[in-house]
Amino acid sequence: MRAPVEEPVDKGVRKTMFRQSLSIGISLIPFGLAFGVSCTKAGLSWVQALGFSSLVFTGGSQFAAVGVLGDGGGAAAAIGAGLLLSIRSLVYGLVMAPTLTGRFVYRALASQLMIDESIAVSTVQSTPKAKRMGYFAGGLSVFFFWNITTVIGAVALKSNGDLVTKFGLDATVPAAFAALLWPRLKDPENLRVAIVGALIAVVLIPVTPAGIPIVASGLAVIFAFTRIGKTSKTIGGQTTSHHSGSNSSGSNSSGSNSSSLRSRGKNGESSEP
Amino acid sequence: MNSGWTVLAVLSIGTYALKSAGPLLLGNRTLPPLFERVINRLPAALLAALVVTAAAASKGRLVADARLVGLAAAIIALHRKAGFITVVCVAALVTAAARRFGVS
Repeated sequence: MRAPVEEPVDKGVRKTMFRQSLSIGISLIPFGLAFGVSCTKAGLSWVQALGFSSLVFTGGSQFAAVGVLGDGGGAAAAIGAGLLLSIRSLVYGLVMAPTLTGRFVYRALASQLMIDESIAVSTVQSTPKAKRMGYFAGGLSVFFFWNITTVIGAVALKSNGDLVTKFGLDATVPAAFAALLWPRLKDPENLRVAIVGALIAVVLIPVTPAGIPIVASGLAVIFAFTRIGKTSKTIGGQTTSHHSGSNSSGSNSSGSNSSSLRSRGKNGESSEP
Repeated sequence: MNSGWTVLAVLSIGTYALKSAGPLLLGNRTLPPLFERVINRLPAALLAALVVTAAAASKGRLVADARLVGLAAAIIALHRKAGFITVVCVAALVTAAARRFGVS
């Protein structure tokens, strides 16, 4: 399904991608330190802390599970909290599947890097090859900084203090996601999708466990577009794979599409693709 | 200590299963065009939801704190075509400053 000859990734694109990946990795340093500290507080050894950061390798899930343990919760509650937060990985996997094609072993190894940041860097790229490169750049950068800082936090830092909040570091995460989202918003349909996704998150944050709002916004898009696909005629569906990057795929943004997206977006339960 | 290992083992397997389901099960199959159209739209929704949760969620509640001030500054920086690193630094500096001036 991939084109037999792939153009190499443009040097400028690569440079931007690597710089983004590096700064995302660096921006997570305080959170890695904080995770190491919370492991120590929960009575885990630094080896276990490292185990979480390398094997679980899903920031939110790790914090949730170790947080439950630290509060004196049981193993089942900790596992439940961690899994709920990582349901979005399933959605990410569906998004990345067309990009991560190849041998089984390759796909199996690559899957471990399926996190917010690798997806974010990857999906803003416009060619299949650049998407793959962005996935690994973002994923490996975070993996490196995340694991090192986890160990430092668990071994060297006794109390985490106001490390994250004092320097405003907690705001770097939404800012990084916003920076990755920004170029996509030039496309009017992406803008509408983003607004719906944000609204769903706002509505669901107070009423669902963490992680669910993100899944729900993804499901709403799947639901809306599959319904539209059934009712309107298919648009120029060549089998050339995922050609469209950020801006080239706005051809089907008619008013009726967006209104039905909006009206159906709220109750996105059906996940069948 | 013991439950730590149990949680680590089960959670590792569970999260890996979720992460790998797409790439391993869908594999190298050619996907219908509709599926690809959906996939092209998903990132906008996911990233927007990530922005909201990272900026305004705290322990299962919707809160407005200094992070929103930092995010607003980041958006202004993006509007003025600032680079990625600048945007992230602006967000941290403005959030830290807002906290110093009493915003929680």
